[in-house]
Amino acid sequence: MSQAVRVITLTMDGREISARGDQTVLQVARENNMYIPTLCHLTGLARVGSCRLCLVEVKGINKLLPACVTRVEEGWEVSLNSERLSKYRKSILELLFSERNHVCAVCVSNGHCELQTLAQTLGMTHVHFAYRYPRLAVDGSHDRFVVDHNRCILCTRCVRVCDEIEGAHTWDLLGRGVNAQVITDLNQPWGESDTCTGCGKCINVCPTGALVEKGKSVREMTKQRQFLPYLTLMRERRW
Amino acid sequence: MAKRKAMSKQTLVINPVTRIEGHGKVTIQLDEQGKVADARFHVTQIRGFEKLCEGRPFYEMPSLMARICGICPVSHLVASAKACDAILATRIPTTAVKLRTVLNLAQLVQSHALSFFHLSSPDFLLGMDSDPARRNIFGLAEAHPKMARDGVRLRQIGQQIIEKLAGKRIHPAWVVAGGVNEPLAVETRDQILAVLPEALQIATGALDWFKTVLDQFREEIRTFANFPTYFLGLVSPTGELEHYNGFFRVVDSRGNIVADKLDVLNYADIIGEACEPDSYLKSPYYKPRGYPEGIYRVGPLARLNIADRCGTPRADQEWAEFRELDRGAVLSSFYYHYARLIEIIYGIERMEQLLQAPDILSKHVRAFAGTNNPEGIGVTEAPRGTLIHHYKVDDNGLIVWANMIIATGHNNLALNRGVLQVAKHFINGTKIEEGMLNRVEAVVRAFDPCLSCSTHALGQMALQVQLLAPDGEVLDELRR
Ligand code: SF4
Ligand code: SF4
Ligand code: FES
Repeated sequence: MSQAVRVITLTMDGREISARGDQTVLQVARENNMYIPTLCHLTGLARVGSCRLCLVEVKGINKLLPACVTRVEEGWEVSLNSERLSKYRKSILELLFSERNHVCAVCVSNGHCELQTLAQTLGMTHVHFAYRYPRLAVDGSHDRFVVDHNRCILCTRCVRVCDEIEGAHTWDLLGRGVNAQVITDLNQPWGESDTCTGCGKCINVCPTGALVEKGKSVREMTKQRQFLPYLTLMRERRW
Repeated sequence: MAKRKAMSKQTLVINPVTRIEGHGKVTIQLDEQGKVADARFHVTQIRGFEKLCEGRPFYEMPSLMARICGICPVSHLVASAKACDAILATRIPTTAVKLRTVLNLAQLVQSHALSFFHLSSPDFLLGMDSDPARRNIFGLAEAHPKMARDGVRLRQIGQQIIEKLAGKRIHPAWVVAGGVNEPLAVETRDQILAVLPEALQIATGALDWFKTVLDQFREEIRTFANFPTYFLGLVSPTGELEHYNGFFRVVDSRGNIVADKLDVLNYADIIGEACEPDSYLKSPYYKPRGYPEGIYRVGPLARLNIADRCGTPRADQEWAEFRELDRGAVLSSFYYHYARLIEIIYGIERMEQLLQAPDILSKHVRAFAGTNNPEGIGVTEAPRGTLIHHYKVDDNGLIVWANMIIATGHNNLALNRGVLQVAKHFINGTKIEEGMLNRVEAVVRAFDPCLSCSTHALGQMALQVQLLAPDGEVLDELRR
């Protein structure tokens, strides 16, 4: 933030708020303790705006806008939690659940999972779509970590943290649409990856039980995220 | 009721009306003369579970397996964890072993309490042939309030111990590969120790009462799956009653030990599994004697028959008296009930012993290791009998193969023969005699097979009896 930024005013759910013009709707909302659900977004990583859970309504704009990648503008009247939004958000969650195999009861992340928490917070009670029940493998080839594609929601947090923070770029995406999958290196077993440093950052940013430590039993996998804002800050200072 | 006059060979089917998974059904085969030729008790065995866990990391198995069965999750949890321990191939902290043992015993107490008080005592107190609508825990509560209260309380104590140790969830995740994931707190230990005397009082009271009424059931004792079989189960290295560790021992109907100190890892050497042509159920038999001569029983009756003693003071006294019932092994399956009460007493006393030892509070309760062994076998004694979990994993610790033998499976041959015994008594020509349902139900219940319907909280099993001709036509039908 080198040059002076304009201060603007807008309303969020009827509340008058002032903000800097270079902030996103999500940042402003959080600063003012207003809740917008997010999933792919993680402070400290590049924003991709891919999960669409943070969609908000702006009066006069027909499209719904993703709060994590949308800059605020003067005079906007933003609603964060309308009926319509809640319906869309629930549908997004339902699609995520139906796409892979989320059996929370036997999942190592049960009780500490962002997807599960969101479903509870947003009141998703049913999945109205047919489950796809894909047969996906678990890669247990790494010494310390496991990737269970059955629980992956393709948020790409792992891809970003590995590339942007660790600088290893072990993770990437393969395939498109419903066939997309995260892969290590050139789609080889994680344990055979030349680039993985074993730092464990991907494990800790993954919102679900997809990336976990080996040997964790059901409900035992808790993630540590404190490191991320700290690391980002330190690097900003030094670079 | 459908009837037909001419028939040559028929089959009688008894089917539970309930739609719950895991139900059983009885078919009775009649010969050309209309006489009972064979009887079979079918259980919807846990199938497809091998597929379910294929590709999953082995250390997830305990919790996954606990989900298989809502009735005895703790038993599967413990057996599965032991199989996983074997894959870790490391030394499990002794305190963890003791804590798991306490959990397993609490499950034994609550399960036996359910079987005896809720499901079976209405038969004893209200009469086998009393109105099924009232022959349940509610009818019992009216007629014999103290007995009903005691039963509810004893079961509750068992459940509370499980909860206190493993957390409030129905499917506890406390037991993990390598041990347990939290040490025992002093307060928890003290709370558990505080309720045990009450439990012991209830259990000994019930046993004293049961012994006074045994005489009224001479007929049942004589006819309830009363025949020679082998008995199989775990005993401790010193021959005591054991539910968590130990070796296999097999005794014959005379009570002679025919095999002893068998390593559980070699279970496949002593247990064969016969596939009956028309059944989806495997019938395990004692391999050295072949099929079907190797018929054996597991569970409370078997455990008391194979052990040299129980290893706790009050249970030992009762055990000695129990073994006086028959000259060799105690053979009537009606005595399963008796054996259950003794095991409850043992369970309570043993929990007390374990919890009073200072090392139960040790903080070292979990061993960590990777996949050191491609195969793991875990054997425990569940309330209903020997439970075997057997897994194979790949280099990365993912399950490639799994097998499980459950107590109800072990008793399959004996149960069939028990039902046959009753059927011969109560079936005449194309008609099903009154009382058949009640007796079949009671025999099945003596074994306490793990069926949702047999542990239905309301008491009686929902049954459907069908008498079928060889061509499959229904000759007679009874429903409840
Ligand atoms: S990753 Fe989350 S939502 Fe998916 S099964 Fe595990 S706990 Fe449930
Ligand atoms: S593995 Fe986890 S972090 Fe990576 S894309 Fe899947 S859900 Fe997101
Ligand atoms: S959090 Fe904004 S699109 Fe995912």
